[in-house]
Amino acid sequence: MSSAFTRGMSHGIPICLGYLSVSFGFGILAVRAGLSPFQSAAISATNLTSAGQLGGVEVIRHAGTLIEMILVQLTINIRYSLMALSLSQKLDKKFTFPHRLAASYGITDEIFAVCSAQKEKITPAYMYGMILVAFLGWVTGTIIGAAAGSLLPEAVTNAMGIVLYGMFLAIIVPPAKKQKSVLLAVIAAAAISILFHYVFTAVSSGFAVIISAVVASAAAAALFPVSEKEDEE
Amino acid sequence: MSTAVYIAVMAGVTYLIRMIPFAFFGRKIKSRFFRSFLYYIPYAVLSAMTLPAIFYSTGNIYTAIAGTAVAVALAFFEMPLIVVAIAAAGAAFVAGFLL
Repeated sequence: MSSAFTRGMSHGIPICLGYLSVSFGFGILAVRAGLSPFQSAAISATNLTSAGQLGGVEVIRHAGTLIEMILVQLTINIRYSLMALSLSQKLDKKFTFPHRLAASYGITDEIFAVCSAQKEKITPAYMYGMILVAFLGWVTGTIIGAAAGSLLPEAVTNAMGIVLYGMFLAIIVPPAKKQKSVLLAVIAAAAISILFHYVFTAVSSGFAVIISAVVASAAAAALFPVSEKEDEE
Repeated sequence: MSTAVYIAVMAGVTYLIRMIPFAFFGRKIKSRFFRSFLYYIPYAVLSAMTLPAIFYSTGNIYTAIAGTAVAVALAFFEMPLIVVAIAAAGAAFVAGFLL
């Protein structure tokens, strides 16, 4: 096993633990919507995303049209296009076209976040290691949640709801502390997102995230354009 | 409609959203503004996803605030991701008994 692969696996462990708790909740919800544990696991294995899967299960539950399914997935998941584009800029030369076709399957919020926090270029082996570990956590959690639902005490499952957000904070706080520009992007995005949540409530949460992130990043890019050197970091 | 069709459509759309920009935009982006924009996107996306959602993540706003405070403090001191993540859940869990 290459060292990049094992390094990817070890960096994937916190993601895996976070996914176990979140996908556990997804499994419970999917079964409640009338899906079998096998179907729930199939959704998790083929989609590898939380919000999009929940949206999809809702469409299935209401026997919606396929057009509706496509629009829901596009709306909730379009942020992955931005992430994929961002990540495509820091790929190692080993990332040939077939590797890109394969690894793009695993671009999630968390895998993207950890990959973009790396100082060096991203290799296929590193990404595959991380995707494998994250995938195992995501699918295992879904199966356990779907099959064994409400066995854990509520106090535990409730507290586990915060795990992934805690990880997001661990990713954004250190650079925001060091760079005024990142701090601005983070505060602006949070402020706009809060506005959507409490004031402009008609906007779906997927669109709210897209608009908040795009506006905040565009503002930060206009005020603090990054130099070639910073960009490499 | 069969559930398998729904699942296939979901999976296909989600894959294409990720694959098209990743596989077909390999060359270096020249525009300084656009490169800067892409540099800030990850932080902005995570921030928008976290706030205010984190306050509703535990089913109780006070336990969530406890978890958030612990997470921000540990993140400020640059603890590893897993430590911050688990400590946030631990703080929310403990706060649940104190409140």
